[in-house]
Amino acid sequence: MKLHELKPGQKAVIRHLEMDHLPMKLVEMGCFPGSEVELILKAPLGDPYYLRIDGMPLCIRKDMAMQVHVELLTYGMHGN
Amino acid sequence: MEIKVALVGNPNVGKTSVFNTLTGLNQKVGNYPGITVDRKTGHSKISDTLKATLIDLPGIYSLQPGSKDEEVVLETLFDSSNRYFPDVIVVVAEVENLKRNLLLFTQVKDLGFPTVLAINMADQLPVKGIGIDREILSEKLDTEVVLLSTRTGHGIAELKEAISRFTDAGTKPLLDLTEVDAGYFRSMDYKTWLKRSQGGSPEGAREDGYSEADIKRLQQKETIRRYQLIGEVLKLAYTKDISAATGWQARFDRVLTHRVWGYLIFFAIMLLVFQAIFSWSAIPMDWIDEKFARLSSWVSATLPEGKFTELLAEGVIPGIGGVVIFIPQIAILFMFIALLEESGYMSRVVFLMDKVMRPFGLNGKSVVPLISGVACAIPAIMSARNIENARERLITMLVTPFATCSARIPVYVIIISLVIPEQTVFGFIGLRGLVMTLMYCLGFVAALTGAWLLKKVIMTTAKSYLIIEMPPYRRPLFRNVLNTMVEKTRSFVEGAGKIILALSVILWFLGSHGPAATFGKAEEIVTATFAGKYISEEELQDEVAGYKLRNSYIGLLGSGIEPVFRPLGYDWKVSIAVLTSFAAREVFVGNLATLYNIGSQGEEEVRIVERMARERRPDGTKMFDLATGISLLLFYAFAMQCISTVAIMRRETNSWKWTLIQILFMTGLAYVSSMLAYNLLK
Repeated sequence: MKLHELKPGQKAVIRHLEMDHLPMKLVEMGCFPGSEVELILKAPLGDPYYLRIDGMPLCIRKDMAMQVHVELLTYGMHGN
Repeated sequence: MEIKVALVGNPNVGKTSVFNTLTGLNQKVGNYPGITVDRKTGHSKISDTLKATLIDLPGIYSLQPGSKDEEVVLETLFDSSNRYFPDVIVVVAEVENLKRNLLLFTQVKDLGFPTVLAINMADQLPVKGIGIDREILSEKLDTEVVLLSTRTGHGIAELKEAISRFTDAGTKPLLDLTEVDAGYFRSMDYKTWLKRSQGGSPEGAREDGYSEADIKRLQQKETIRRYQLIGEVLKLAYTKDISAATGWQARFDRVLTHRVWGYLIFFAIMLLVFQAIFSWSAIPMDWIDEKFARLSSWVSATLPEGKFTELLAEGVIPGIGGVVIFIPQIAILFMFIALLEESGYMSRVVFLMDKVMRPFGLNGKSVVPLISGVACAIPAIMSARNIENARERLITMLVTPFATCSARIPVYVIIISLVIPEQTVFGFIGLRGLVMTLMYCLGFVAALTGAWLLKKVIMTTAKSYLIIEMPPYRRPLFRNVLNTMVEKTRSFVEGAGKIILALSVILWFLGSHGPAATFGKAEEIVTATFAGKYISEEELQDEVAGYKLRNSYIGLLGSGIEPVFRPLGYDWKVSIAVLTSFAAREVFVGNLATLYNIGSQGEEEVRIVERMARERRPDGTKMFDLATGISLLLFYAFAMQCISTVAIMRRETNSWKWTLIQILFMTGLAYVSSMLAYNLLK
């Protein structure tokens, strides 16, 4: 699944970035394969997304989230 | 001995607080020659024998260039002949986002500088349940590590000690680039690689046959490798107890970014800001106004009569007064901007508004300049620097001057009180206040419409994106807010001041000089005209002053320019007032005051309103009727009438083309809409 499909409160692990259309800044902010990502909330108009990547808050647009492949973490397995 | 110390760090880590703490108010803001980002320098005594010049560089996340800010940092750190090339670099980080902060640290360290890692906000460690092992961190990162808090002042002495030991610092790179790509980095150091990845052409690196995509792939690999290194270090040196309560932060976010409450609170805050700019500044502004008027009359009464006294009393002092009077509004506005930014709220506004702004070719970050533009377009345009996308940044800067800046207020106030009757609508809303509010709305509508049109015209291949950090909510530091107020106000006074001052001197000269045949014989000619008629001495003096003005150089210029403004309903006097406003809008009222032969001292606005209300056209109708009034309001709402803004646009865009397009677009719109309004309402 992709990052934009997460629901608020859900956590996932980043598996792959479609780097052709993503800026390096995203990687520099800590978003790369292996990082844990949590969707905190979406902006009132559904975009942008307020995330926490490895515990660090970050806000990106939906079109960017659509190019980030993630694997959903089951609750209880990863508490932190 | 004196050394140079550069402060580098991510935004929101309190880097400027560290700078302020080290330097006190012993600092100054300047500009990098040729580039556009503010540079701050200050002085600090590190030890008894060591003094330091501190350089506060813009907050960045990485040395890989993304926006103007990164370019400035790179320029300073790359060129050893640069005046600000540092002997030691303090990388400022903070306890919560240490991992992200350390990415920049490893990059700076790998450039070969002696470094000190200063971890700010250490007072938050127990609250956030974070533990940091300074010894391990210091050993693994091969650097001095200082835990400090600018809020409590703890750790500042240790930071100075660490800086003073800079000659002992290890300068070995942390990352072995051959781990990223053994072949490519076989004989390339980090500095060369940074230049290569920027598209630069350092010694022979260009002909490596690597495409842009290949370079990006390497950059990505390198960044991830750095994060892995950091992760390994933090595993040993950093612990976080997740049961520590941060619940109120999340609750704050839920309210402040709520689909209803979020926007309501935002508009309420904006309303409070506008309200404060008006009401809080009224008393100091009146006070300044009165003091300058008094100073002016004192000078003309005390100094010996002559050209120099006239220049001082009628040109220089009112000119300086015209700058100083805006200080209260500018200071109050920047207090609010600083509070919004320091508290972390501004990022939430960007988050709320991004989707709203996008259809107009703008970015969530454009909200900050547009809001600041209500005080003054100059700092507002500068605040567009952190917008990464070149097109969005350009559009933001081009439309920001449409926001109703404080210089328009005196013009609006006087025109509205002339042409809008004092009535209430729905029984409680004052009509005049309502029109004033509409003028503010008009400014924002014009900005958004302009942006939408520009979006259709300006082509781009660069993708628009938004990546912002959401900093935790924090109680603003009083010292930082005060610093921002002082610094921004000072740069306004110095920047705009010079131009307004120069212009007021020129205007005074043109208005008080004229051809000898008419201007020089004004008294004789006017006295001859009124010979035999009953006229008081005072009225005669007014007539002489009026005749002189009509025949001064500025008067002749006015008659020359009048045909241009006639379709908008302006006579030669209004035309001059409008024309001179092209330097700065706020001179309109003062110039009309001069033009209508009345002293502009004391209760300027009441008296000039009465005088203007009496002004007739040759056919006997009122000069300032509804048609002319609306025409003037629209003209001042849209036209680019501010030399300082033009200068700052030229500097920030580094292009005369866009500066001229902005002037023509805004002034053209002003002309056409004023003409339409005048002819429809006439």
